[in-house]
Amino acid sequence: MTMAMTDSKPRGDVFLTHFERFENNGGPDWLASLRRSAMTRFAELGFPTVKDEEWRFTNLSPVARRAFESAPDGDETVSPEFIARFRYDDHALRLVILNGRFSRRLSHFSAAPSGVTVTSLSLALRQHGEIVKSHLAKHASIVDDAFTALNTALMTDGALVYVPRGVVLEQPIEILYVATGGDTEWAAHPRTLIVVEENAQAGIVESYVGDSPTAYFMNPVTEIVAGAASVIDHVRVTQETDKACHVGVQQLRQLRNSTVRSTNLTFGGGLVRQDVNTLLDGEGCNCVLNGLTLGRGRQHVDNHLRITHAKPHCDSREFYKGVYDGKSSGVFSGRIMVHQGAQKTDAKQTNMNLLLSGEAHVDSKPQLEIFADDVKCTHGATIGQLDDNAVFYLRSRGIPQDAARDLLVQAFAADIVKRMALSGVKSSMDQWVTTWLSEDVVPQEVV
Amino acid sequence: MLEIRNLHARVAGREILKGLDLTIHRGEVHSIMGPNGSGKSTLAQVLAGHETYEVTDGEVLFEGQNLLEMDPEVRAVAGVFLAFQYPVEIPGVTMNYFLKSAVNALRKARGQDPLDAVDFLELVRERAKFVDIDERMFQRAVNEGFSGGEKKRNEIFQMAVLEPKLGILDETDSGLDIDALKIVAHGVNQLRGPDRAFLVITHYQRLLNFIVPDYVHVLIDGRIAKSGGKELALELEEKGYAGVEEEAAQTV
Repeated sequence: MTMAMTDSKPRGDVFLTHFERFENNGGPDWLASLRRSAMTRFAELGFPTVKDEEWRFTNLSPVARRAFESAPDGDETVSPEFIARFRYDDHALRLVILNGRFSRRLSHFSAAPSGVTVTSLSLALRQHGEIVKSHLAKHASIVDDAFTALNTALMTDGALVYVPRGVVLEQPIEILYVATGGDTEWAAHPRTLIVVEENAQAGIVESYVGDSPTAYFMNPVTEIVAGAASVIDHVRVTQETDKACHVGVQQLRQLRNSTVRSTNLTFGGGLVRQDVNTLLDGEGCNCVLNGLTLGRGRQHVDNHLRITHAKPHCDSREFYKGVYDGKSSGVFSGRIMVHQGAQKTDAKQTNMNLLLSGEAHVDSKPQLEIFADDVKCTHGATIGQLDDNAVFYLRSRGIPQDAARDLLVQAFAADIVKRMALSGVKSSMDQWVTTWLSEDVVPQEVV
Repeated sequence: MLEIRNLHARVAGREILKGLDLTIHRGEVHSIMGPNGSGKSTLAQVLAGHETYEVTDGEVLFEGQNLLEMDPEVRAVAGVFLAFQYPVEIPGVTMNYFLKSAVNALRKARGQDPLDAVDFLELVRERAKFVDIDERMFQRAVNEGFSGGEKKRNEIFQMAVLEPKLGILDETDSGLDIDALKIVAHGVNQLRGPDRAFLVITHYQRLLNFIVPDYVHVLIDGRIAKSGGKELALELEEKGYAGVEEEAAQTV
């Protein structure tokens, strides 16, 4: 079956070719059918352009034109030293996915307590098919979003984390998605499903990292379901290369009285776009979304948050900070939608940005759509530079100018890192901020 | 220790200091008093090296070296300390982290080894007593949420930790009640010594009852109009600046 793009603009038609060559690996019929629907939808939507409101500040046309190959086999090129940098907690259960394919040899997950499933998505399809079928693409929409559609059509592998009712999982789970190797530009589509059932608790860290010498397109989708009264501590770290384009979607659905704290840290990637979508689908939910972006060189990082208060008595807190140096640029878009019946909603959104150079640039845009009348909804954004008086105060005490500036940037960034609950990744992130500050980067051409 | 000759300085296009001369020897405590707008804070900021103030003429020598050519952090290494009139708040940076960075930056510049955590804690605990500062303050962000009195005590605390050769107090008494004033003064007095000098800039005479100066200078319209001993401060308190201003106008 061949599909054609609905118009002749170069909008990712290379992916249709990938789909035609794609083997479903003997997966179930429902999955094959889902993939076909997804690809059909992607062909209809194509890559968004800057004329689309949600992509106004992020231009994907250089990426849309490229002739991406399918991802190379990462097993040959991945380096153990590189991987070791992303091990935050020695006790953690660990899944490693290379270029979108699960690596059994690098993963350690046999120590999971009984009932808990931490495994590759392809293994899960065989051993826990019902769980996958009941959640896959049920939360992230292939209809509304081109990149969810693309990922669903072409996903090769990924992870399933399943925590049954009442289980408090002490060990954190670390999922490492590595982009490695390749002679020419390539694309990968890892898929993750995290389901934490009623009254269960878990901590999960997703790290998207790259050391590939070529340009690559990383298109991950993660669906997270927080069961009633569950608690999830979640961290997403993005440290792709300067030549990488990373367009990721995170879709979270919270059931009543659940608590989710999700921290999104972006340190590397030439062009990064993350959609962080949340549906508060039960009363009494608590959702904290924190984010930190450190941009420099010619990086562009776009965080698009969308949170829907569908039920009453839910609290949400969004606190995103960005530091932009060199010629980097950033986007923060925070949409809060409150349904008519979602009374006693308490939503707060704060976005703070620090520009360290005259050429760095940020666009910050809140969007509030409120259809209930008894709610609290506040939002605020700042875009500024380091406080000159603070720098002078530090210098007058003997701290040299560069060190004074670094100290202030570190304090600004630490505000997000210090709120993280998972101690292993938290102390690593502290270190990464310090390292970022100490590295001198010359603006490179990216993507 | 400090020689200021014919100092002219301006800010926002306006000349504030119009030929200021002042000499301070080690061991001395000098006070500069003057009406609002006379240039008191400008002098303090120029000595500290704030970039918004432009020096248009004159020179300042600190221990024989050209102070005006030094960056603010270099002046600190040389031994100059300014207790700010309006200390800035620095959220997210604890007092502990800030002071340790400062202490070790100064030690590094002077070719000394950094203090380890234990020695540093001992140092700050001892100096905190100079101005009645509670250890809990070490974990607070610099000046954040501090009352006026706490901010001023914090300036003197820092001075006690960094042990400068020249301490410049920029209207340290402004906004303080008598009790806070006494604590601050007590801290400064404990730091007085034959190798240290102080420049106490103040609007009101009251502070000088507690930090008794060796010399008092009156700053009028950007120049020192009159100098004398500590009695001059009392004279000013009684007669006001007008008398001195008239005298100055006549002699110009």
